[in-house]
Amino acid sequence: MSTTSPKYLHLSGLEPLVVTPETNFINVGERTNVAGSKLFLRLIKEERFDEALAIAREQVEGGAQIIDVNMDDGLIDGKKAMVSFLNLVVAEPDIARVPIMIDSSKWEIIEAGLQVVQGKCVVNSISLKEGEEAFLWQARRIRQYGAAVIVMAFDEVGQADNYERRLEIAERSYRLLVDQVHFPPEDIIFDLNIFPVATGMEEHRRNAIDFIEATRWVRQNLPHCSVSGGVSNVSFSFRGNNPVREAMHSVFLYHAIKAGMNMGIVNPSMLEVYDDIPKDLLEHVEDVVLDRREDATERLLNFAESFVGTAKEKVQENQWRDEPLQERITRALVKGIDAYILEDVEEARLASERPIHVIEGHLMTGMNVVGDLFGSGKMFLPQVVKSARVMKKAVAYLLPFIEEEKQSLAGYDATASQAAGKILMATVKGDVHDIGKNIVSVVLACNNYEIIDLGVMVPPEKILDTAQQEGVDAIGLSGLITPSLDEMVHIAKEMKRRNMTMPLLIGGATTSKAHTAVKIAPEYPFTVVHVNDASRAVTVVGNLLQPETQEAYREQIKSEYIDFAEKFNNRGSHKEFVTLAEARSQKQLLDWSAYAVPAPKNKGVHVLDIDLHDLVPLIDWTPFFRSWDLHGRYPDLFSDEVVGAQAKTLFEDAQGVLDILLQEKKLSVKGIYGLFEAYSDDQDDIVLPQNGATFRTLRQQAKKKEGVAYMALSDFIAPKETGITDYVGCFCVSAGFGADEWAQEYEAQLDDYNSIMVKAIADRFAEAAAEWLHLKVRTEFWGYASDESLEINQIIGEQYRGIRPAPGYPACPDHLEKQTIWQLLDVEEAIGVRLTESLAMWPAASVSGYYFAHPEARYFGLGKITQEQVADFARRKNIPLAEAQKWLSPNIAD
Amino acid sequence: MKKPDIRLLLKERVLVLDGAMGTMIQRHKFTEADYRGDRFADWNSPLQGNNDLLSLTQPAAIKDIHAQYAAAGADILETNTFSSTTIAMADYHMESLVKEINMVSARLAKEVADEYTAKQPDKPRYVAGSIGPTNKTASLSPEVNDPGYRAIDFDGLRIAYKEQVEALMDGGVDLLLVETVFDTLNAKAALFAIQEVKEERKSDIPVMVSGTITDASGRTLSGQTAEAFLISIAHADLLSVGFNCALGAKQLTPHLEVLAKKAPFAVSAHPNAGLPNAFGQYDESPEDMAAQIQDYLDLNLVNIIGGCCGTTPDHIEAIARIAAQAKPRSTQI
Repeated sequence: MSTTSPKYLHLSGLEPLVVTPETNFINVGERTNVAGSKLFLRLIKEERFDEALAIAREQVEGGAQIIDVNMDDGLIDGKKAMVSFLNLVVAEPDIARVPIMIDSSKWEIIEAGLQVVQGKCVVNSISLKEGEEAFLWQARRIRQYGAAVIVMAFDEVGQADNYERRLEIAERSYRLLVDQVHFPPEDIIFDLNIFPVATGMEEHRRNAIDFIEATRWVRQNLPHCSVSGGVSNVSFSFRGNNPVREAMHSVFLYHAIKAGMNMGIVNPSMLEVYDDIPKDLLEHVEDVVLDRREDATERLLNFAESFVGTAKEKVQENQWRDEPLQERITRALVKGIDAYILEDVEEARLASERPIHVIEGHLMTGMNVVGDLFGSGKMFLPQVVKSARVMKKAVAYLLPFIEEEKQSLAGYDATASQAAGKILMATVKGDVHDIGKNIVSVVLACNNYEIIDLGVMVPPEKILDTAQQEGVDAIGLSGLITPSLDEMVHIAKEMKRRNMTMPLLIGGATTSKAHTAVKIAPEYPFTVVHVNDASRAVTVVGNLLQPETQEAYREQIKSEYIDFAEKFNNRGSHKEFVTLAEARSQKQLLDWSAYAVPAPKNKGVHVLDIDLHDLVPLIDWTPFFRSWDLHGRYPDLFSDEVVGAQAKTLFEDAQGVLDILLQEKKLSVKGIYGLFEAYSDDQDDIVLPQNGATFRTLRQQAKKKEGVAYMALSDFIAPKETGITDYVGCFCVSAGFGADEWAQEYEAQLDDYNSIMVKAIADRFAEAAAEWLHLKVRTEFWGYASDESLEINQIIGEQYRGIRPAPGYPACPDHLEKQTIWQLLDVEEAIGVRLTESLAMWPAASVSGYYFAHPEARYFGLGKITQEQVADFARRKNIPLAEAQKWLSPNIAD
Repeated sequence: MKKPDIRLLLKERVLVLDGAMGTMIQRHKFTEADYRGDRFADWNSPLQGNNDLLSLTQPAAIKDIHAQYAAAGADILETNTFSSTTIAMADYHMESLVKEINMVSARLAKEVADEYTAKQPDKPRYVAGSIGPTNKTASLSPEVNDPGYRAIDFDGLRIAYKEQVEALMDGGVDLLLVETVFDTLNAKAALFAIQEVKEERKSDIPVMVSGTITDASGRTLSGQTAEAFLISIAHADLLSVGFNCALGAKQLTPHLEVLAKKAPFAVSAHPNAGLPNAFGQYDESPEDMAAQIQDYLDLNLVNIIGGCCGTTPDHIEAIARIAAQAKPRSTQI
């Protein structure tokens, strides 16, 4: 084939990966490598595959575009481990979406791996080490399995260690593969051997530059192939000196990528931003990497010493104070250091013609750097929020000067700033959750958008009036509980009625692209877009508001959502449902004959104050990190190479807040529970005969396979006709008392970072309080599991007997039953937690639910139900049908 | 019988693949005794539903179905061998008959194809050996609680497929059609086996692959998107790649568009006659289906078009009529 048009490497997991010039550099995750990760090796050895999978998942979530899997270790059966692990990986769609690199020096392990993966893999690796015959045979087999291949620059003589040998082996391998095996050249990836520099050995001096130059030659002379390598090798001689290693990695990559290296293994936390490398260090490192001076190594070694050790680091830390003003301001923003920002801003103000210029010039220049780094995945959310804190302080300092100027220059608008756009943000009426909304606001503000944040529980009229008066460029709505979804639909309708045209952004835990496309977008003729994470918010808003992109982007969104809704509706219409009678006839039948539950020790309603210290061990930190867009399981995510370092910093900061919280008792935690005699009847109700109360539960109706039960929570309570005396419980806990006041203190100090931190921690305390109270109920207050002895992580993992489903969550999505709990326990009177008009709990950091003690009781999702059950529910509850439809709407089948 | 190379024909026109075999067999309302015939009267497991076996016990009926499709204008006839692997036949304890069923089925189709080719030399008929997915999947676990478990492995599939491919070729098929691919790993094992046979026999038999997008999620049962599926099988030198079954023509369109845009091979489609109604039957009329397929042709999405579940000779006739007027998709991408 003599065609000169470029051919690109195509790989696939569940999704495609096409390596083009635009993909720039493909990052291969290598934590799932027993040779590279002690942790992974230990997990595989001990067959703790769940945790091993978590590592793979974190890699993918952290941005690895391919995962390398290696099981070469003398103490494990590599073939068996490879097959077992890959079989589990392919069962996890969030991991298996990326292609897999099957890494082994043993052919039988490679082949076993190729036989269990459906996508197009990369084999890592083959070489001419054992001669042409083995090389050709393996290449043919790989071709039959349809994989791409990494070819090591290694031959019968040994590993290529200089420029000429790299060329020689690469060319020979390429010709054999392309001419004899007819291997597609785009499926060939060369690993040209990255070796350490600055080892002190004369012959290692050209290691990096030879690799770079060989890469350039290979990409120019061996058409369509790729070049890869493990970058950390290059800095091997500087182990222990991370600042120098990080600089070396970025210098090396900077030049190697320019020469054509388009794939490789890089630890993102061991990478300095090329432009951020101090000039003198950069010069020394480039001298070594590019072999520019005879004495380069010696000079770098001497220079590097100034970077080692904490005392020296302190010196270095303050060295940046000697840099020019703009550099100092940018650094303060990028690193989130507020110690010197006021003096720097003052210096900038004195040097500027007008105070507003400091915002538009110095500060925005710095924030643009932050925005770029965040946009390219080099900064993480908590860092950006810290940057915003510095920015806010700087702006607050400048505002009085701007005001003063305004008065002296009457008629001239001194604040006329150059914001990229004005965005209104609000949590909708009836909803109180705002952590996600605050994070998105902060991130957008960092990117030079002016934010009008109306807070929580904002009535629609206020949102729309403000939007119109202020002439905002977009509206962002947030909500966490399901009734908020309807509120958003309502706002979309109102925007249409008012002839508004600005884009509407939807976000929050219960929102989804599906709901946005199917229910909200059709109500508003202009753009409606679902944005569920902060990093995407910047790109989406940028595309929506930039004049060059907005028209095309808005049209694209519109048609994408119409398409999506159409597909979704097509799918929905095929769902089959059974009648309520049928569903009830196939309820879960528990064996009541053998069932005995002790009468609760503390029957009736009880109120208690909960000690914060009791809750700390029960805190589940994983969701805390998730609320900051750091995904992964606690504590494993500390070892994640992408977010690990950031997660540690965030956790340390959280511990700081936690200490203050405990010492100063910033929060008070209250709880209330009730334990009552109960039976279930034949219409899915749980009746509390001694209290005159009834909980109405809902039953699954989506058609199931023969023999699978249609669940309702009432199934877990003994039916009346069994004659058994059974019990049900309900509860509410809140850790929100004091949280808002404290968060506001931080806000007043322009410290969004800690304000968000307080709310996120209060949420964790509420969940921990629910866990704690449940434990007490099981072992003492009710006492049906008085002999329970579980480890903390087993408790957090819910390995105990009984469940505590919460109204508004999948098993009982109707928020209405919260009212029943509130009446029964008199929650508002007793502990001060109240229900909003959307039945959200206020304060926000609260949890309520039921207790079921049956050993078979488990969580399930109600799914969709039919209008027949909605009508039945309305009849049972004695409320108008329309009211039942309103509250149950997210669960009603179309 | 001498026929032009199908690769050349594909450049000139849109070729028509036949319709459903199962739907046509159902019309006969064969009883257990009919399935058994004399030869298997004493076989010790129930045989009703073993449609491929009918090639041995009711050959005239199978041949007649092929003839109806040929008469309706199908260029390619599929052998009655969708489940003729040792893996799928194990349900009936008929592993030992796999060679014979494939060979005889291939011959039945070939006799009809030759007859129609002789009648209409300008419209030669080809026989495609149908290779189904088997009833086991290599990258999915049948055990909910044990996601790492597999009921079949790559080598088990490769060996079973190899036996089927050899017998189909012995029976004289012109093409091989790996179809209704739920799990791309199964298809890769089939392609591996085919490659082995091609090398051993120095054969250049063209191979078609047709995957199945199982629902509106736009993915195969094993979770791949259309493009990922294409990339995963593109190493094989294919005549065509396409989709069939599970969806009707209309629902298949976006996925065919992906293939039409990216595949370096011909593109095929044999959708169902719409989606099943509440009784599990396909009730889209030939006219309705043809109207949707007209869109494929107008958009230049396909090179080979036919029908899967629920389609009949009437459907194929309606499709053949519009296909004859259409320009094939260019396979240059």
